[in-house]
Amino acid sequence: MRTISVQNADGNQIVINAFPIDEVGANERADYFTKRSVKKESKLSALYLALSMCDLTTLEGADTPGRVQQMCAKARFPVPPEMIEPFLKKKNWGPIPTVAAVCVYPSMVPHAVKALEGSGIGIASVSTAFPSGQAPLQVKIDDTLFAVENGATEIDMVINRGAFLSGDYQQVFDEIVAIKKACGDTHLKVILETGELGSYDRVRLASEIAMEAGGDFIKTSTGKVTPAATLPVTLVMLQAIADFHQRTGKKIGMKPAGGIRTSKQAIQYLCMVNETLGPEWLTPNLFRFGASALVNDLLKQIFKEATGHYYYDKVFSID
Amino acid sequence: MQDHQNKIINFEYAPSIESIDIVNIQPKNKLFIDGKFVEPTSKKYFASINPATGETLAQIADANAKDVDLAVKAARKAYTKTWSKLSGKERGRYLFRIARMIQERARELAVLETLDNGKPIKESRDIDIPLVAAHFFYYAGWADKLDYAVPGKEIKSLGVVGQIIPWNFPLLMAAWKIAPALACGNTVVLKPAETTSLSCLLLAQIFQDAGLPDGVVNIVTGAGETGAAIVNHPDINKIAFTGSTDVGRIIQKAVAHTDKKLTLELGGKSAHIIYEDAAIEQAVEGVINGIYFNQGHVCCAGSRLLLEESIAEMFVGKLKSRMEKLRVGNPLDKNTDIGAINSAGEYGKIKKLIESGIAEGGEYFEPSIQIPTKGYFQKPCFFNKVSSAFSLSRVEVFGPVLTISTFRTAQEAIMKANDTQYGLAAGVWSEKGSKIHKTAAALKAGVIWANTYNKFDPSSPFGGFNESGFGREGGRHGLFPYLSIK
Repeated sequence: MRTISVQNADGNQIVINAFPIDEVGANERADYFTKRSVKKESKLSALYLALSMCDLTTLEGADTPGRVQQMCAKARFPVPPEMIEPFLKKKNWGPIPTVAAVCVYPSMVPHAVKALEGSGIGIASVSTAFPSGQAPLQVKIDDTLFAVENGATEIDMVINRGAFLSGDYQQVFDEIVAIKKACGDTHLKVILETGELGSYDRVRLASEIAMEAGGDFIKTSTGKVTPAATLPVTLVMLQAIADFHQRTGKKIGMKPAGGIRTSKQAIQYLCMVNETLGPEWLTPNLFRFGASALVNDLLKQIFKEATGHYYYDKVFSID
Repeated sequence: MQDHQNKIINFEYAPSIESIDIVNIQPKNKLFIDGKFVEPTSKKYFASINPATGETLAQIADANAKDVDLAVKAARKAYTKTWSKLSGKERGRYLFRIARMIQERARELAVLETLDNGKPIKESRDIDIPLVAAHFFYYAGWADKLDYAVPGKEIKSLGVVGQIIPWNFPLLMAAWKIAPALACGNTVVLKPAETTSLSCLLLAQIFQDAGLPDGVVNIVTGAGETGAAIVNHPDINKIAFTGSTDVGRIIQKAVAHTDKKLTLELGGKSAHIIYEDAAIEQAVEGVINGIYFNQGHVCCAGSRLLLEESIAEMFVGKLKSRMEKLRVGNPLDKNTDIGAINSAGEYGKIKKLIESGIAEGGEYFEPSIQIPTKGYFQKPCFFNKVSSAFSLSRVEVFGPVLTISTFRTAQEAIMKANDTQYGLAAGVWSEKGSKIHKTAAALKAGVIWANTYNKFDPSSPFGGFNESGFGREGGRHGLFPYLSIK
């Protein structure tokens, strides 16, 4: 058991325990969820659910207001509503859900707000000098405040990996606390960037710190580092969430991001959540996919279930 | 954040049933003697049941002493005329061919094994059948290298070997027995367990298709009397038995005063030690796999869980919530984790032992999951706060029943782990390497797994101490029981 302690804002000592993780065992357990066979009506409900959990994302240096507007249109209507109409009479079918949120840089938040007005779709903004997090704390706070003041409903921050890897857990903790404060009521997702942490033991420890410091969600990756989300790394984080819930009664959300491109992968994640945390976590309030390409693959599979054959790629707009 | 529809999705996995069209079960299954399928001289047949439904799958020939004698004669003839005269390289070629044909027919074998045995298709498909092929490949490789297996010694095959195998891994146990015997140049008379003959008979077809010379392997089906006829046959040079300790005792008595060689792989009551510095989540999974794999019908099952007291309560809590997620049901469903108990007899025995455990005062737990009402299904369960004196701590249940007790120090863990008449396997979980080595060295068990459990590989020897038997199967050591070494 790895035990560290940090001080909270009131000067109280907080002890954080992290179980060691056996890498072989964790990989093996994760692989088990790739063997689940989800067919027929279970598959259909899983596809709908996964779509409603997507954070449609654009995080490029080349992002423009126009690009963000286009993505927001896709978020509102993943497909034109008339496409699904002929199938609505079928049992278990319903309108295609919107995605859960869009995820953009702070400078793009105002454009997303405008484009999504009245849609109920969340606006997530990355912040804290995403993706590296290598900026002074005040800059990170200002970054966050800008996004929140402009209408972001969710903040995706990155942890200070430099501090984490050098063993300065207090710094990591303090930064999350500061950003949480800047967020106010805005939901905070804490990106661990697991691909830079080097071991599952550290993923577990970083998860514990992020939850203790007040993160509402923990998230695997920025999408800018390989490996991004994997099943085993997500499993390690889900188990940390389960223990935190057991200990405090608080339900922390989970967001794997990067590398999830197919419906098959998405369903494996849902099975893992179902069997690790239980069905009460199977809601966009507590589970998200950070992905873009996934949306169209889900649509492709949904229409396959409706028609019995695959539509070719061009049927679905890119964004 | 927007409140997304807060309804809880009922994410039940729809049934995903493996098709049984691939298997072609004969209504009447004959004996495999001298390369041909023949009627038993008794003309008697008995039923083989699908334990998941209780329905009869097929009729199986009941071999009597006369049939066994015919099988032994065929094996002797094959030994003297062909098999012992072939070079190791040529024997190896047959074994390689058999291994490849097993791989080609893997799905068929897996479905048949699940139908006849009740184990989940997930296990027969991903574990049993791949290991069966792996065993034939492994010993195929040894066939022409036997001179290097025991350097400086003169080695020779034994002759005709009689092999009696159990029902828990029908085809895998056949592979464990047949592959090394043939690689070493012996011929075989094998008896599968009476409840699970079908996959061995399909293996016999594969032997035919592979062109294995007639009589090299003979398969005689039947129950205890058939087994006794093999054990007592005067022209058999070696007996290899895997099964219960009680039957093992009878066999050892029977071969006393003869020059038959004997190996026994018997029961177990294996300890699974979890230290407080273990990787807890993975250890929970290891315990689940250790006891509930194959419905607990595993001789090396980690049936006695020993928890360091400081983590016991937390660990048991995690174990309980993990067990709530186990799926017990139709073995052919790809999402089934735990299948059917193999027979009415075993089912009754397990129920009785659970009752005795409750009477002894252990804290009983079973998850609130659904299990089928038809067929022989048992919920996975455990008894917490069990004392070493309880009969449940000493008797092999051979089912999905775990006992849990605690320890305070490594010395106490080792003492408790060794407090058994068996000595087949053990598991140790700690992230501290030195502690694992120290513990493993002090445990009296044939197989010790560190930070994992129930891992099998043809290259690693398997076998027990004390009442768990003697002799090793698998690896280089697995050759010795089938060779005369001078």
